[in-house]
Amino acid sequence: MNAILIAICVIAGIGALAALALAIADKYLAVQEDPRIGLATAALPGANCGGCGFAGCADYARALVEGTAAPGACAPGGDAVNAELAKILGVAATATERRVALVKCGGTRSEAIRVGDYNGICDCAAAAATAGGDKGCRFGCLGYGACANVCPKHAIRIEDGLAVVDKRLCIGCGKCVSVCPRKLIELVPASATIHVLCNNPVRGPEVTKVCGVGCIGCHLCEKNAGGKEANHFTFNGFLAKVNYENPPTDAALADKCPRKCIREDAHFETGN
Amino acid sequence: MKTVQSAFKFHGGVHPQYNKDLAASKPIEAMPLPKQLVVSMSQHLGAPAKCLVKKGDAVAKGQLIGERNGFISANVHAPVAGTVAAVEPRMGPTGGWVDAVILDVAEDQSGASAFMPPLDWKSASREDLLARVNDAGICGMGGAGFPTVVKLSPPPDKHCEYLILNGAECEPYLTSDYRTMLERADRIRAGVEIMRKILNGPAVRIAVEANKPDAIAALEKAFADIEGNVEIVVLPVLYPQGSEKHQIYATVKRIVPEGALPIAVGCVVENVGTVAAIADAVEKGIPLIERVTTVSGDGVVEPKNVRAPVGTRYADLVAFCGGEKEGVRKVISGGPMMGFNVPNLEIPTTKTTSGLLFFTSARVFQYSSNACINCGRCVRAAQKMDVMDCIECGACSFGCPAYRDITQNCRRAKASIRAAAAAAKAKAAAANAKK
Amino acid sequence: MLPKQTAERYILSSSPHAHADASTSRIMLDVIIALLPALCCGVYFFGLRALILTGTCIAACLVTEGLCRLAMKRENTIGDLSAVVTGLLLALNLPPDLPVWMAAVGGVFAIGFAKQVFGGLGYNPFNPALSARAFMLISFTGAMTTWSSSAWTLSAGSTEAVTTATPLALIKKGAEGFDWSQAALIKDLFIGNVNGCIGEVSALALLIGAVYLLVRKVITWHIPVAFIGTVFLYAMFKGGVPPLVHVLSGGCVIGACFMATDYVTSPITAKGKLIFGCGCGLITMLIRTAPTGAYPEGVSFSILIMNALTPLINRFTQPKPFGKVKK
Repeated sequence: MNAILIAICVIAGIGALAALALAIADKYLAVQEDPRIGLATAALPGANCGGCGFAGCADYARALVEGTAAPGACAPGGDAVNAELAKILGVAATATERRVALVKCGGTRSEAIRVGDYNGICDCAAAAATAGGDKGCRFGCLGYGACANVCPKHAIRIEDGLAVVDKRLCIGCGKCVSVCPRKLIELVPASATIHVLCNNPVRGPEVTKVCGVGCIGCHLCEKNAGGKEANHFTFNGFLAKVNYENPPTDAALADKCPRKCIREDAHFETGN
Repeated sequence: MKTVQSAFKFHGGVHPQYNKDLAASKPIEAMPLPKQLVVSMSQHLGAPAKCLVKKGDAVAKGQLIGERNGFISANVHAPVAGTVAAVEPRMGPTGGWVDAVILDVAEDQSGASAFMPPLDWKSASREDLLARVNDAGICGMGGAGFPTVVKLSPPPDKHCEYLILNGAECEPYLTSDYRTMLERADRIRAGVEIMRKILNGPAVRIAVEANKPDAIAALEKAFADIEGNVEIVVLPVLYPQGSEKHQIYATVKRIVPEGALPIAVGCVVENVGTVAAIADAVEKGIPLIERVTTVSGDGVVEPKNVRAPVGTRYADLVAFCGGEKEGVRKVISGGPMMGFNVPNLEIPTTKTTSGLLFFTSARVFQYSSNACINCGRCVRAAQKMDVMDCIECGACSFGCPAYRDITQNCRRAKASIRAAAAAAKAKAAAANAKK
Repeated sequence: MLPKQTAERYILSSSPHAHADASTSRIMLDVIIALLPALCCGVYFFGLRALILTGTCIAACLVTEGLCRLAMKRENTIGDLSAVVTGLLLALNLPPDLPVWMAAVGGVFAIGFAKQVFGGLGYNPFNPALSARAFMLISFTGAMTTWSSSAWTLSAGSTEAVTTATPLALIKKGAEGFDWSQAALIKDLFIGNVNGCIGEVSALALLIGAVYLLVRKVITWHIPVAFIGTVFLYAMFKGGVPPLVHVLSGGCVIGACFMATDYVTSPITAKGKLIFGCGCGLITMLIRTAPTGAYPEGVSFSILIMNALTPLINRFTQPKPFGKVKK
């Protein structure tokens, strides 16, 4: 009985001492922090995607409160979060349009030729540095998944040697945009439905030699979408580009493209 | 003049199969001119040259068509007389697309060439000789293509004590330097005299691997009566003996600090082919417009050492050597340890193309990487442990039993570190501009 | 529609385009070849039973390896032969009279719990065969320490106790009046005519294998020399039992040449290997000669303990880069 009592006393004593130490530490070692940092961190989605340019949500929240960043940079959060942040900081909210990543290439393994059998690290930058990559088109998607590997939401898949974005999962953080060695991923408004899936600006004959669905710059899309005045398309060399300030909506444009590089809602949708 | 054995062995290294006998006994053969040349504006390390011609221009042999464009850059000359068919981006041996002059070779090559006036190195001033090396577009012909004029102009606070001639040729299969030493030893000697004058009389060390006794004999003969401190240093056969920094250690036992150039320890290293090219540029006024390339491997009908104008397409080069054999699976521009795979034969030679190798499936290993078993072979073979100092010699991957892409990973790491550093610099510059 | 391919497709890969004639499976095959003399000796001294146990261990290892990879949905790695090496090493470290089912359990443990749970070859922190042996020593203590085959036929000083014990057990017991320095004993120990595990008895057979590995450059001399050297020196300074008896008894030779040199669980650099080998030798002798310890043999435990220190040793023995300026 006595032994039990001693044990209880010792343990209780140690507990009391430890509690005292913690209480003192809490009082004297506490870090003073602007309470708004905590609020802003809580308001952010917590994806830690880095799309805002900071190391994570907490880092962005700190920068917001310290005044080195402005609300509106959080793509995953969208308008709701930005409004919330503006409220916390006491500034006016600005509306932003939701943006998603678009891989501007339609050259799957069954549509675009490969000029070699790549054997090495499964990474786009590494493949691109090996004899310029194994894809015939030097502007096209290599399909080694650098974008898919950095995507915090697993919204990118490689299908038949081509990266495809799931529009519903994409939070528009832009990590894939910066990692792509071919620079062919772009953030586009989620509401746009017609896209040009090509990134090759060289002359038509050069394109058709390497890809079955490459843009040859024939301007037929522009013509079908109301001509130059309608301003739905812009051109870079022999490459058509959707003007996302004024995107076309006519689904027939996709059917009418002779090269089948214009697609309606090109984003990959997850089934079920 | 004497011949000595290297007394200093660096740590590590590997012993690949040399297979030099395929082409070693073949004398250098000049190739008939192809119909078209593709002369890249980026044949050297550093900034591409600025193109001086346009479509339709007629050019003479030796005419300047690309101008040195930056401190680390070099001139480019027309290798033959002809007409410019186009100036457009073409794929180079490393896979990058750079502007190239597509030159239709003239049927009649008897017209006047645009060579520079010959110089007598004994009477010419140091500055004139240096200017000639610059004008002739000379760059390192061993592989990296560092502009020679930069090497020969050490900063004022540095003095070159040793001029080291790199005749190691430690890459398997390649024999172009070996044939040059054998057949053009007198040109190498002339080049050495000129470089000695430019560098204010350093001691000369000629580094040759021990497996080339007849090249050593040829050099001994050519250099027999040379004055001053000149030695032929016989190096043990070990890869990568031809690496600049390792060669400096093996010849004069000096260690180049991390991230520094050889001149930091008073050394200048130059490939033997480059030295011969310097002699031609000075004494004959011929700019660097042709080079010796070893065409070899088990996938080529007749391995040869070919002297061809720079800009010769690989297809023309291999056609001169009897063509490809059936079942070629790999084409390498350069040597098997550090060379680049090419996807097609439309790619042209440059000033640095020391070899063009064709391997059939018998010589090609296609692999998938397994788990690292911690065997330490890479560490024992490794030359550098800090990735930014990696010379990409490939010794680590060469011996890896798990077939891991160690060299490629180093290359990727270097690229991403450089990109990150550049991004940080740009960010800092932007922040400064804001202030 | 895919455009027509105009030219033949070449392989595109990063340099180097040449490779040494080395592969994981070739290295493992070399280890297997090197262990064959020891296995033959085991079969010679202990009979067919030794072969049955070895076969059981290897089969158990291979089956476990295959099933684990299947369950983990990873590529099959039976072909790299590392499971065969583990099975073989484990069997060579078992007493010849062990029940077959126990050997099978050991094989399953070695691959399943000491290797594949960590991710397979290259990721295991401890030597799988030794981990399994330690596990079996605890689980089947009786069977793992019974030596009834009594191959030991010493001419001099033999007693009832001697014939059913290993030399190390005898040392531990402090057999009074036993003449440790007799030449016949050393010869028996060297040839393998003593009690002990299947593969550890014949130092001669093991050394033949070790020389093969050295010639093939599969292992370097550092770990075996440091290990055996430390054991020898320790025994020499300690006195009593001759150092050579310590070196030739128990698992010292097989441990130093085949177990401690396992790539995955030993340090990379020469300096690291020397530290590792010395550590193994020291701990082995501490366990063997500890007056209070229960275990007569310490090779397995010493290597396992040093395995745990390997990452630390690697960290402190990183080679200096060529051209690095001293700070």
